[in-house]
Amino acid sequence: MNTLTIYKREMSSYFSQLTAYIAIFIFLIFIMIMTFAVAQYMRVGDASLQYTFFYWHPLVYVLLVPIVGMRMWSDEHRSNTIELLGTFPISIWSTILGKYLAAATVWLIALALTFPIWITTNYLGDPDNFVIFSGYLGSFLVCCSFLAITSLISAFTKDQVVTLVLSCFICFLIYLVGFDQVARWIQTVAGNSVAEVFTATGVWDHFRSLNVGNFRLQDFVWFATVISTSLIGTNFVLNSKRN
Amino acid sequence: MIEVTNLTKSFGAKTAVNDLSFKVKKGEVLGFLGPNGAGKSTTMRMVTGYFPPTSGQISICGIDMLKSPEQAKAKIGYLPESAPLYDDMTVAGFLRFAADIRGFKGAARKEAVEKAIETCFLQKVAHQSIDTLSKGYRHRTCLAQSLLHDPEVLILDEPTDGLDPNQKHEVRELIKTLGKDKAILFSTHILEEVDAACSRAVIVDQGVIVANGTPTELRETYKSDSLHDIFRKVTTLDTAA
Ligand SMILES: Nc1ncnc2c1ncn2[C@@H]1O[C@H](COP(=O)(O)OP(=O)(O)OP(=O)(O)O)[C@@H](O)[C@H]1O
Ligand SMILES: [Mg+2]
Repeated sequence: MNTLTIYKREMSSYFSQLTAYIAIFIFLIFIMIMTFAVAQYMRVGDASLQYTFFYWHPLVYVLLVPIVGMRMWSDEHRSNTIELLGTFPISIWSTILGKYLAAATVWLIALALTFPIWITTNYLGDPDNFVIFSGYLGSFLVCCSFLAITSLISAFTKDQVVTLVLSCFICFLIYLVGFDQVARWIQTVAGNSVAEVFTATGVWDHFRSLNVGNFRLQDFVWFATVISTSLIGTNFVLNSKRN
Repeated sequence: MIEVTNLTKSFGAKTAVNDLSFKVKKGEVLGFLGPNGAGKSTTMRMVTGYFPPTSGQISICGIDMLKSPEQAKAKIGYLPESAPLYDDMTVAGFLRFAADIRGFKGAARKEAVEKAIETCFLQKVAHQSIDTLSKGYRHRTCLAQSLLHDPEVLILDEPTDGLDPNQKHEVRELIKTLGKDKAILFSTHILEEVDAACSRAVIVDQGVIVANGTPTELRETYKSDSLHDIFRKVTTLDTAA
């Protein structure tokens, strides 16, 4: 109930301050450029959208997700409205969840707006729509993980720029650590077992497996762990700020 | 209604509030005085449940703030020192949000918001965006938020700060009227407000209570007619500390 009140306020704030429009707009433009110009979607005929479309999502999220999420708590600290929230008769968890879900909704809208490419694919070829759905799910989960990390970072500081830079950096590391080329490089310098640990830690492997329509337990465990730890961490940081 | 016992708050090695105890009963207006950095705001942040105290108890209408914070907070209306607001909302939009949080619905919500707007003279700016408000109007918007649910306990941190003389007068009268059936704790640097609105005053200095009583009692104890002189007598000067 209170979560919903916070959620509604956050949504109206995203869409009255242009942040959401800008992030969605840049996301769509960027994805279109990558898919059509760089990856040559039309020539390759990639019906599962794996290599031409979803491939780029995590990289775009590294930059854009923190832009949407950076004001989450930093702005509350800066304007001191956190003091209002802290004295309203609501639990801190309803604000954490309300804010988090609102930011996630912005991204859900962004993803939903890529529907023309799904229609095009179905028009031009005969794709496995289950795999495409699984790809969307993987993409959204990456996004949610990055958002949760941004929420945690923004709880630390009232400076949105610090939140942005730090969140981008951490998300980029998580992206890089399991990335194909990096994983291969780690394998040659440090051996198989170390490479496996890195691959399992990074987001790439978990994202890719959903991309090809594989529902592996370990992937869901990874996403659930990152999201819940970050949100619990957010709660912890917010509480310790008052001491 | 407000009962605070042995409240202490330390920030690292520094003790901002030191073993403070006081009570505010229904129908009482307690003026909270003291020099800058005395610990007034810190005390209020603990009483409203924002800061957890290092030690001590807080009870609001018999509800323990530390054990059942949500029930206790529901009884309180609070105006923080900096009058924080969401800049991207309109005045009415913000008050509707606060009313939602307080559990108002439908017609009751509309009525509560309208009443708060009227009480704080916000009709003129009701549909204006908060980031374009003048300082005084910001303050009054945040005050309106604290009155919305007609709380039994009101905690106001410098409620007349930044208001013009007319509004200062209005807010003092408001505090006096509301004080008849509420417990009010408010801080101020304007000593005239003690006579104008308070039934009792507490002077804190460096986190401890150094004087406590009705304005008349204070004058008798310190054998002085001027609250200014009393204030200077009982508090340490920055230059001396
Ligand atoms: N979050 C915090 N961390 C560290 N120290 C703090 C914090 N909040 C307050 N203090 C310190 O506690 C002391 C009391 O501050 P407080 O804001 O309660 O004073 P005040 O009586 O409200 O003063 P003023 O009249 O200027 O509003 C100050 O010395 C302040 O520096
Ligand atoms: Mg203060």
